[in-house]
Amino acid sequence: MTTTTSRAPLPAPTRRRRPFNPRRAGAWALLVLAIAVSVLPFLWVLRTALSTNAALASNSASLLPAEFTFGAFMRVFGLQSPADAVAEGGSGAAIDFWLYLRNSIVFSSITTAGAVFFSSMAAYAFARLRWRGRNAVFSLFLGTMLVPPIFTALPNFLLIKNLDLLNTMLGMVLPYVFMTPFAIFFLRQFFLNMSREVEEAAMLDGAKHLRIFFQIVLPNAAAPIATLALLTFIGQWNEYFWPLLVGSQDDVRVLQVGLGVFKSQSPQGAPDWSGLMAATLVSALPVLILFAAFGKKIVNSIGFSGIK
Amino acid sequence: MTTLAKHTRSAPPQSEAPAPRGGHRRLGDLKIALLFIAPAMIGFVFFYVVPTIRGVYLSFTEYNILGDPEWIGMDNYTAIAKDPLFWNSLAVTGQYVFLNIVLQTALALGLALLMHQVAKSTLIRGALLLPYLMSNVIAALLWFWMLDYQIGVVNQFIEWAGLSRVAFFGSEEWAIPTQAVINTWRHMGYTALLIFAGLQAIPGHVYEVAKLDGASPFQTFRKITIPLLRPVLVLVLVVTVIGSFQVFDTVAVTTQGGPVNATRVIQYYIYQRAFTESDFGYGSAIAVILFLILALVAFIQMKFLKGNESDLD
Repeated sequence: MTTTTSRAPLPAPTRRRRPFNPRRAGAWALLVLAIAVSVLPFLWVLRTALSTNAALASNSASLLPAEFTFGAFMRVFGLQSPADAVAEGGSGAAIDFWLYLRNSIVFSSITTAGAVFFSSMAAYAFARLRWRGRNAVFSLFLGTMLVPPIFTALPNFLLIKNLDLLNTMLGMVLPYVFMTPFAIFFLRQFFLNMSREVEEAAMLDGAKHLRIFFQIVLPNAAAPIATLALLTFIGQWNEYFWPLLVGSQDDVRVLQVGLGVFKSQSPQGAPDWSGLMAATLVSALPVLILFAAFGKKIVNSIGFSGIK
Repeated sequence: MTTLAKHTRSAPPQSEAPAPRGGHRRLGDLKIALLFIAPAMIGFVFFYVVPTIRGVYLSFTEYNILGDPEWIGMDNYTAIAKDPLFWNSLAVTGQYVFLNIVLQTALALGLALLMHQVAKSTLIRGALLLPYLMSNVIAALLWFWMLDYQIGVVNQFIEWAGLSRVAFFGSEEWAIPTQAVINTWRHMGYTALLIFAGLQAIPGHVYEVAKLDGASPFQTFRKITIPLLRPVLVLVLVVTVIGSFQVFDTVAVTTQGGPVNATRVIQYYIYQRAFTESDFGYGSAIAVILFLILALVAFIQMKFLKGNESDLD
């Protein structure tokens, strides 16, 4: 649909002329439609989360909350008594998103900090140091990007199980914390394009690689490292499969897994929609905040990270 | 390749050694390099290399976690060849991948052209990118609610339009298209931004020349935009195909393979065999097959992209 219509106004450079142009208006209309499809569902989630289940059924298409209440959010955070929860259409089972929120933050922060730091060290070795086999080793590292996560997930699960680390935070973070191939690739690329002059001057002054790395390279690369950390954090936040395998118990369960559990707890007849949407919103909120704060960084990184 | 030349040019290994300008390979930095690379190397070896080898090994064994893996040669693979559920999962996944290619590429291309035409602001791009930043689980639940048969808003609109309600997740014929649409919704803006970046890279004078030569908009699109976008489009295609072959999350939280076998995609089937039925050997063997399929896709990508890579530099 959109493609055929969008083909018409193609020859791009029609600058300066500003009188009403039906083609431009049509293009704008389609663009607004696309934005609405991308953004409106989130408002719908918010509206649902602020409604009661009973009212949702009879009032399923008004934009405003049906019987405004914070009950669903309280239910999600375990602040509602089981009786109240059942009365509002919840399952009454104990659910504590504070715990999952904490676990998600711990899991994403540790893996991001570790992966970004260790990957930047490796990227420095690949970009600046000279040693035999460097390019071969780098190719091998890059090659791991081709291995589908499911393929390594099974043996990694067995390894974590053999180490007796199932349902521990350590077991959850181990496969991610040492590096990600993408982070190494991303930072190596940046280091290669960075000017060497300062580093070479420092080298002549007798500075060693460790000092150069910490005092010159890392500070100079602060911007791309921040971008990478942001992207890595969001990726880890959204991770589902591995935490599902390794962290199924409550005390290490992350939000994404908790959401799945919450959904399956809903009594089959009448799901706790407002509770589920409140939980969904809680899970999305940290990413939404990061996006509001650093949106420009994220958007501008897309051209690059697309190589992933 | 260009980076290789860049390296050898500078960075003297030790301060007393006169910088070998021509690029003599020496072991100079090996020790310090080992230090820098050690943590990443641990992750690389223990969580990528060893599991890859172990995964291939397991595929030739029978292993239910409790005992030791028992070597059974090709038995898993011959069983898979005769397993209707495996072939079903392959067909279902294929359908999903195909729908994603068509929907995602078409919509993203259209969106990218629109952005290129009328609006390049970061705010608009950000709004379109929003779904991509949400997890699969969130995207799945959000649409699970909006597409609910009873009180989902979409079915509400369908009814107002005078049509009959659709069981998006509950009917066999709709389940996979619904999953594909959810994935398309999540990736559409992201893919559009990739294509948009490609459009931005096409120099404006190419269009001006075409205009002077009297090319129609459609001709310009077919003869200039599409060929020059080819590297980006191939990349987008490969990312889409490889990504959608590994669909799991949205299925796991919504339909769980059902109704009947309609959404039992490959990765979900692997998960079920390995973790629900504790049949790690069988699950690993299917994972090997998935790996081979993806490797084939990547190989085709290499062939396609090779000639175009130089255009970008």
